Amino acid sequence: MTTTVPTTTAGPAPASRRFGLSRAGLYALLVVAALFFLLPIYLLIATALKSPDAINLATTWQWPRALNWASFADAWGKIGGNMLNSLFLAVVATILSALLGSLNGYALAKWKFRGANTLFALMLFGMFIPYQAVLIPLFQFVKSLGLYGSIWGLILAHVVYGLPITTLIFRNYYAEVPDALVEAATIDGAGFWNIYRQVIFPLSVPGFVVVIIWEFTQVWNEFLFAATLTNTSSQPVTYALSQLAGGQAVSWNLPMAGAILAALPTLLVYILLGRYFVRGLLAGSVKG
Amino acid sequence: MKGLSRDRLWSIAVLLPSILLLAVFVYGFIARTVYVSLTDWGNDPAQALALDPIIRWVGLANYQELFTGFLQGRFRQELVNTIFFTLFFILGCLGLGLGLALVLDRNPRGEGLWRTIFLFPMSLSFIVTGTIWRWMLQPQGGVNQFPNAVGLPAGQFSWLSSTDSIWKFDWNALPLITASVVGLVLILLAVRAARAGDRTRAIVSGLCAALLLGWALFVGPNVRLLPAPEPHGFNLALIGIIIAAVWQMSGYTMALYLAGLRGIPEELREAARVDGANDFGMYRHVIFPLLAPITLSAMIILGHISLKIFDLVYAMTGPDNTYTSVPALNMYLTSFRQNQFALGAAIGTILLILVAFVIVPYLSSSFRGEEGHA
Repeated sequence: MTTTVPTTTAGPAPASRRFGLSRAGLYALLVVAALFFLLPIYLLIATALKSPDAINLATTWQWPRALNWASFADAWGKIGGNMLNSLFLAVVATILSALLGSLNGYALAKWKFRGANTLFALMLFGMFIPYQAVLIPLFQFVKSLGLYGSIWGLILAHVVYGLPITTLIFRNYYAEVPDALVEAATIDGAGFWNIYRQVIFPLSVPGFVVVIIWEFTQVWNEFLFAATLTNTSSQPVTYALSQLAGGQAVSWNLPMAGAILAALPTLLVYILLGRYFVRGLLAGSVKG
Repeated sequence: MKGLSRDRLWSIAVLLPSILLLAVFVYGFIARTVYVSLTDWGNDPAQALALDPIIRWVGLANYQELFTGFLQGRFRQELVNTIFFTLFFILGCLGLGLGLALVLDRNPRGEGLWRTIFLFPMSLSFIVTGTIWRWMLQPQGGVNQFPNAVGLPAGQFSWLSSTDSIWKFDWNALPLITASVVGLVLILLAVRAARAGDRTRAIVSGLCAALLLGWALFVGPNVRLLPAPEPHGFNLALIGIIIAAVWQMSGYTMALYLAGLRGIPEELREAARVDGANDFGMYRHVIFPLLAPITLSAMIILGHISLKIFDLVYAMTGPDNTYTSVPALNMYLTSFRQNQFALGAAIGTILLILVAFVIVPYLSSSFRGEEGHA
């Protein structure tokens, strides 16, 4: 390959000529795409801030003349308790499944044994199954433990079905920790637990951030278990919101305000820590 | 050596609780669901929630009921809905995601901000997305108001409430259609094998194709699943739900494709230019082939999400709109509203089989390659 030819044929700015679009066309495309993604959010906020009598289908898109913040207080009154349920659920379930996932990932990545990959693939299958295929026995099981209707039954379900993804993320993360570190520690006489405590765990902070963010978001957003395993006092926010929005009598400002409240925690996590969120997202696509 | 083996024991001991939990909660519960689906639990409402219900083994009767029973037309429409939903949802996410990734790959100003905008719906719950889009797609408001902005009369499309469907076919023709499609695919395979010089394969697939097509021609038309014709098609109200789902998930494919594009070394693009490829040719012959594995894994992830989707439907058209319903939603309603556990378990099992078709080959191919040098 010659080194002189490309500079003369590719023109002054090859990067800007990719795909034969002008710069203006590029930004026009971006703006149109951004409108598609943002207009629903504009409508959401505008409707949440309208007073009920200002909402009608003809003026859907108008920004409210007078801002009515009361919808948020009303919505909080209806789903605030469920938000606290969700918070407790998501925090506890996330911590437990992250800890277990970290240990599993460590064992699978650094102490490989025959059949470890088959075992891992069998574990991963749990991530993909439709939960409808386990829902009836799960419901019976939780009921027989006396946990039906309590938040602990839901926590149990989320911890167990969260294990595959947390194990996957940690296993891939620990695979990048050099084996030489583990071997050196072994020569120094450290065993399984000492290596975990002194070598692996201190290196795990970014891994934990990814797993915690991802798992928190998943648990917060989940609906099927929430609808099946709980009753009124322990229902998480997704179920409460679906009830709030499903009622035909309420005017639209209330479900819109409720949707904003229910979306805020995960949205904030995404905006503040988006980098780690995306990493969890890409890890979910299984790269072995 | 002794220490090493003790460490190995520890590593197995650490894994053991998770293995046991998943063995019970995944495989044990699946087995239990399959068993329940072969009984009549809940078909008699009086027995459904009894402390000690009388449960009888009925074999495949529940499956037969779902595919041919007079009362289960809803389920058959849902299967059709799921297929169309999956098809258009995947196409939409791949198309939009690839487009956005290609645009962002050209390093526009403020790339981080654009990326944040395209990805944020991913962090929302399907319930939140559904609530927002239900309002966006109101019959006389929301999106239907757009034409007003340019002076046209408001749109009339009933995004979520339409009861019209297109591409209708009779459920009775399903065996015929399936056999014909599979037969044609087999013919294609036979032709390809013959061209490649693989005679046994060409003959085997050719024979299978002939058998299937012969069946479709001579026996198929006489097979009738139902006493009366039952049309099913692509319901137009699904379009609204598909748009909302693409809105939520296309950021995911964008992130995947962008990671893939960024991973293509600049030298490769340079080399293609040296060889005289224009931009289009470079994408066609160099970049898109390199993105093919990403497309495949995105299709698998999106496919299994879309087969399982039900909270979005629940939030957008409610649980009782049979025109837009999906099996995953029906399973929940059948089991936990009507307490027909056996029938619900059968729907759950069918869903699992659909998902397994997508996932099992993927998982086994992902890990077979690795096992060798583990």
